[in-house]
Amino acid sequence: MRETNMKKILISLLFILFGTSVYADCNIKSGSINILANDFPALRTFVETAKGCKGSADFKVTHSSEHNKIAVPALTANPSEFSARIAANSSIVPLMNQDLIRPLDDLVKKYGKGIQDSQLITIDGKIMAVAFMANTQHLYYREDVLKELGIAVPKTYEEVVAASEKIRASGKMQYPYAAAYKAGWNLAEEFVNMYIGHGGEFFKTGTAQPSINNAKGVATLNMLKKLAGLSNPDYLTHDSEAIKVEWESGNVALMTLWASRSGTLLDDDGDAKITAATKLTGPATVAGGNIPAATLWWDGFTLAKNRSDADAEATFRALAHAAANKKMVADAADQAVWLIEGFKPGPKSIGVIEAVKMKAKPYPMLPQMGLMHGALGSEIVEFLQGKESAEQALKDVEAAYMSKAKEQGFL
Amino acid sequence: MGIKSPLITLMPNKTFFWFFLPTGLAMILFIGLPIISTGIQSFYAQHDQVVKEVKKCDPFGCTVSIVVDQEKTSKIREEKPLGKFNGFGTYVDRNHLAIEEIGKFWNETNSFGEFVDQVTNLPFYKALIFTLTYCLFVTPNVLLLGFIIALSLNAVTRRIRGPLIFGTILPMIVTPLVGSLVLFWMIDAEGIIGANLQMLMDDPYLSLKSSKTLTWITIIIYGIWHHSPFAFVVFYAALQTVPQEPVEAAIIDGASRWQRVRHIVLPHIYPVVTFVALISLMDNFRVFEPIIGFSAEGSAQSLSWLIYDNLVNEEVILFGSAAATSMMTIIGIAILLAPVLIRTWKEFRTAR
Amino acid sequence: MEYGLDKRSNALKIFNTTFIIVWLLVACFPFIWTFWGSFKVRADFFSRADWWYAITAFNTLLETGGKFTTDAYSQAWTEGEFWKASRNTVIVTFFVVTISLFLGTLGAYALSRSTRNYAFWILIAALIFRAMPHITLVSGYLFPFFQLQIWGILPTTIVVLVAINQPFTLWLLYSFFKTVPKELDESALIDGCSYFQAFRHIIMPVMWPGVITAGLFSLMLAYNDFTVTALLLNQENHTMVPKIQSYLGTNQHEGNLMWAVSAVVSATAPLFMLVMFFQRQVISGLTAGAVKG
Repeated sequence: MRETNMKKILISLLFILFGTSVYADCNIKSGSINILANDFPALRTFVETAKGCKGSADFKVTHSSEHNKIAVPALTANPSEFSARIAANSSIVPLMNQDLIRPLDDLVKKYGKGIQDSQLITIDGKIMAVAFMANTQHLYYREDVLKELGIAVPKTYEEVVAASEKIRASGKMQYPYAAAYKAGWNLAEEFVNMYIGHGGEFFKTGTAQPSINNAKGVATLNMLKKLAGLSNPDYLTHDSEAIKVEWESGNVALMTLWASRSGTLLDDDGDAKITAATKLTGPATVAGGNIPAATLWWDGFTLAKNRSDADAEATFRALAHAAANKKMVADAADQAVWLIEGFKPGPKSIGVIEAVKMKAKPYPMLPQMGLMHGALGSEIVEFLQGKESAEQALKDVEAAYMSKAKEQGFL
Repeated sequence: MGIKSPLITLMPNKTFFWFFLPTGLAMILFIGLPIISTGIQSFYAQHDQVVKEVKKCDPFGCTVSIVVDQEKTSKIREEKPLGKFNGFGTYVDRNHLAIEEIGKFWNETNSFGEFVDQVTNLPFYKALIFTLTYCLFVTPNVLLLGFIIALSLNAVTRRIRGPLIFGTILPMIVTPLVGSLVLFWMIDAEGIIGANLQMLMDDPYLSLKSSKTLTWITIIIYGIWHHSPFAFVVFYAALQTVPQEPVEAAIIDGASRWQRVRHIVLPHIYPVVTFVALISLMDNFRVFEPIIGFSAEGSAQSLSWLIYDNLVNEEVILFGSAAATSMMTIIGIAILLAPVLIRTWKEFRTAR
Repeated sequence: MEYGLDKRSNALKIFNTTFIIVWLLVACFPFIWTFWGSFKVRADFFSRADWWYAITAFNTLLETGGKFTTDAYSQAWTEGEFWKASRNTVIVTFFVVTISLFLGTLGAYALSRSTRNYAFWILIAALIFRAMPHITLVSGYLFPFFQLQIWGILPTTIVVLVAINQPFTLWLLYSFFKTVPKELDESALIDGCSYFQAFRHIIMPVMWPGVITAGLFSLMLAYNDFTVTALLLNQENHTMVPKIQSYLGTNQHEGNLMWAVSAVVSATAPLFMLVMFFQRQVISGLTAGAVKG
């Protein structure tokens, strides 16, 4: 046993030392590249691909779960520690607010061969980021359970509620529905989704004044509460990981979960019967609306403003190499829904494709949205626990948001 | 022992200075200055953000969105990099002391109960209540349990003490991050502890995570479990310095075990007891890791959690807000520790 | 020390033994469970269907063909690059403990032997310094460190951990120095020693229990810290705890929980050795101290 382990360690050491030379060189002559990114496999693949193109440039990367916290101070310093930051539509906002990232128009023109127009994030006519993967939350269902009870695949949240009630009544499952309702970011995200599904607007047009204390907000909360009632009573502690495990244990028949987490639900590990019956469909709509109650997300790269042009150029070339890399997309088709040309959507990407077809909205990229999200995460908990009314909860959210927005200078 | 020379009992200032310089420098540079800077920043808010409407396109289509107008904002920022002076504005806003809101509740509510309800619905007071409850239950229990374990282990044969000590301090040495992750799964309704509790209580729907009371109890028990080893280690080490002779003399005099502990051991390790009490109180006041570990944000929030929330959970970092809560945490700890400190001061006076 | 002359009653002995056994069970059970579970697959150890899976190894048998598997260990150490994190942790821990103790013993000795008012106020200041939440401190460091370009490297983190730990070390050692009789150094001073010589040759030898305790806590802090290491180190220099955190995955993306579990078990083993070793030191330190005290 020990010998085989030693062998494995040696092999991986060798891989670390020499493995990278396999990739093609894109002839970058100078500059230094340093990337800040979140830490999950798809991003690691992406950065690794970019590294293959580094040529003689100096290449560093920091994958960190604390990337959000580090990003702003790191890019504010001059010169910036990182030449690039991989961000999503929510985390690009603080960088934009503080004016820390540079427009990429010239670089895209010069080195952006192979990057599709749809990958470009343009704000006020300037390219600020290049996206390479997408994500959303959508419905998962157990085909066998629904078939057995003669339930059609739900298309709306009203149908999800009816179906769950029916499953519960049949005695098959006590808590047939699951979604990541963990207090904090997750719960707020569910509210955002549902509120958008109701056609709600978070702010009065053109201002940072909150406007969620309305009929749509109340309807949203009531729907969340109905769904929570059909979930495991511990729902306020359930994050994506927890509900995924609930699913794998066969406790749940309907679930709203990130598309990016479909991988392990459909792989060979675990109960084969459950895996075979696990089916994906688009996000549900709610209250007779056409827009799904879900938000679309992208991950893309941005370049630091406070860094030399030479470094920016080297970094862009390396990252652009990955952002237009058909081979990477083909090899890592399972890891993400890539926005890159050549990606062939498999069964795991059904959710995102459906959401895009249904014209789901992207997560709002407003400068003050993070504050609203934060306020939602803690203030609607007491409504779900049955300790206060929907109106009171929404009033609390607005009050909490206003204090934060005042401190940040938005109001 | 020997003749006391008044000159020697007083350490010269110069000697003191050189002995203390390295540690003092480290503390001032990395704690003192940051505290001052945090204090200053807590009095400032961000400048007014000028926003403009722009067209925004992403992989999912184009929409009209809002961004901060950099041209207009950057000028103001350069002039006053600290931000807009806000005085105690952040301290008294709704997410902190909420002075205005409390005044309003006082005028609007009909009964005292209703008033208390309204106040405890405010984030700061909600967190304060949990924090104090946690301190109140955990600190004395940690001291007591730690001391009993130390006495018990001290009476065990030396040969097997090593592994026993290791076992005892395990709850403290394993990263709280993962310690609570594993425990979180164990106390799940389907986990080994949760399922057995259900059987024990004969209640198939019992879940430690679903109700606020049970969550609080769980966190408090975890707190005692996690912190007792700390008290144990310090007490155990202090017990090693208890001089042998008086104990033996007391045994010959026929003192009971309890009398010996009460009159010889406790007075000897007294400085260390004060120390453990101080540190435990402080650590418990800053409770926050179990809240994250047990995903208990919904039912339990502490002051430190509020700070963490402002600094980490939001896309926009609310440093002013976090700074204000941090300053209030320091003040809260100072108030809490005041009785112990006054005692230390008295001892300090008598000692010289 | 044992109370040699003490003839304890059998009832007390039995009570003592039972108490220790119960406490050890409570203290260790989660880790025995973790250790056991680290040789299973995720579907068993983190099952929501039935905790018995972790014992019967139902899925482990299905997925690996055996009841026990060391896959999590080998993968975490190689693919997960846990070896690198361990190396960094060893470096950080070693330097934090040594520097902390060096600075701490000097400072605490001075504080315990000075009877001036400022000594008391320094102690109070240290206490207030300790009250500051680490997360706020570290958030404050980030920008200056980036600007000075000292972010991400090990020395910065070591210095920060030492500084953050100083108030605690000072107070702990101060309490211990207080239990050492003043007459001891006074007689040395009368004999013509300087303060430093008295400190080095007379006081330190009897301070072993205190120093080892302080060292143990510095070690724990450096070993287990998440806030400082996760925010101040770059990926190359990440220590074990941020590494373990990275195995846990994110909201949107799956992590590798079993790596985290096996990494925790791997991280605990060296601590076992250390505790066993120093526990003996505490006792032998005592014998040396008891003679002189």
